[in-house]
Amino acid sequence: MQCQRCQERPATVHLTQVINGKKNEVHLCDQCAKEQGYMNYEEESFSLNDLLSGLFHMEGGKSSELFKENKKPKADLQCPTCGLTYQEFTRSGKFGCATCYETFNERLNPVLKRVHSGNTKHHGKIPKRAGGNLNVRKDIERYKESLHQLIKQEEFEEAAKVRDQIKTLEEELNQGKGGDS
Amino acid sequence: MSLEKFMNEAISPWMRHEGPDSDIVLSSRIRLARNFSLEPFPTVAEEGPLEDVLSFMEDNFTNVSFRDYERFQMVKMKDLEPIEKRVLVEKHLISPHLVENAESAATIISENEQVSIMVNEEDHIRIQLYFPGFQLDKALEQTSQLDDWLEEKIDYAFDEERGYLTACPTNVGTGMRASVMMHLPALAITQQMSRMTPAINQLGLVIRGIYGEGSEAVGNLFQISNQITLGKSEEDIVEDLHSVVRQLIEQERKARQTLLNRSPVQLEDRIFRSYGLLKHSRVITSKEAASCLSDLRLGIDLGFIKDIPRTILNELMVLTQPGFLQQYAGEALGAGERDMKRATLIRERINLEDED
Repeated sequence: MQCQRCQERPATVHLTQVINGKKNEVHLCDQCAKEQGYMNYEEESFSLNDLLSGLFHMEGGKSSELFKENKKPKADLQCPTCGLTYQEFTRSGKFGCATCYETFNERLNPVLKRVHSGNTKHHGKIPKRAGGNLNVRKDIERYKESLHQLIKQEEFEEAAKVRDQIKTLEEELNQGKGGDS
Repeated sequence: MSLEKFMNEAISPWMRHEGPDSDIVLSSRIRLARNFSLEPFPTVAEEGPLEDVLSFMEDNFTNVSFRDYERFQMVKMKDLEPIEKRVLVEKHLISPHLVENAESAATIISENEQVSIMVNEEDHIRIQLYFPGFQLDKALEQTSQLDDWLEEKIDYAFDEERGYLTACPTNVGTGMRASVMMHLPALAITQQMSRMTPAINQLGLVIRGIYGEGSEAVGNLFQISNQITLGKSEEDIVEDLHSVVRQLIEQERKARQTLLNRSPVQLEDRIFRSYGLLKHSRVITSKEAASCLSDLRLGIDLGFIKDIPRTILNELMVLTQPGFLQQYAGEALGAGERDMKRATLIRERINLEDED
């Protein structure tokens, strides 16, 4: 359904008024509804989504600024893959595709920190295929750490073994890269 | 008898087996959220890409088996009647959200109903695996293997820094929600639940009632799950949950013992009154039924009532939900009619046990 007023955007606000037994229906888009005074942010019902999206607005400290008319948030970033804008993202609290994470990357850390007790980096499972050589790289990191440890403890025989393992893995990594290109 | 046949459908085959600590823990579940890397998420996608995801899943993962989880079948939301959808929600095989996305939403269920893979919920796929009793480690291990098996064919959306990418920032990272369903009647009777909650929350875990609204937990059934998915490994999350559940089990056992020691007659009276209500009522609300079923189950666990299987709580809690009642009746029922139907169903079910 199209907005009755601007005849451009889809109608998202549907209002049925009954005055003296006379029924009157109004169908408007968000923007026109706001301009016509049908919507008031303070009075909207509060859902879980609002709670979540509320977290995004706390970012700069002056949260209400973003909401005031004529004050658009910095630059309205838009995801090149799915077309979701940052503003839409903050309203729904949901991403539109995998690329959104890159698009909005700079603004994500404060949000993720709040939702995940201060964490912003993944420390769990790495998928076999989608993770590419990340598994190998993590293994090399782990081996290097234990190599350090072994050298400190002067266990040179063991250290030599670990060093060889690192070498093998690094070769594997380089070959993989050669094969791709 | 038709009731018996219907009951077989009402409780999932895996629920018939008892797991470790099943006097208190009803089930353990691991759920993983995953997305296709190149398709827009269901949160914004048009029908086209969602249909692509759906048919990919149908082509690759129906009529196949993974280990003990045999014969995966796809159930499409658009092919179901509203009551049938409700029944699947009540059996916890799908989420209410999946029902809302009707057009291209589906679920793939294994024959024993232990595996349910929701397609086009909030994320492209939500893999969930249930185990009876307290078996989080095993559930994690098996779910992870199932996940690897799916990944052989699906290109997952994954990022080195953020982990598995999900539609909602609350799931990003591991995409994992581990949860345990517990029956905690003694802690509820002795009013100790509110004392536990803050400590549980501090560990990044949430506890909530499975049935009922707000803070009220109808039937004394609680779900405890992790809230944080980013920055901790799957194993660490499960370990934290494990240790909290272990403590709750100990506390519940202690509270049961205290009740038995301090007021044995009152406890026995409470259990048999509830038993009587279930056996003889003609009209019963879901709330009253749930509270009586909780008492009955406690009576079975403590040995007051014999010859009734423990699983009667899980079974009748599901069976007496509005969707199931109407499915069983074969027609839509108003609230008053449901209360009558519920009483009849419970009576028949309990008498079935008495006859054996």
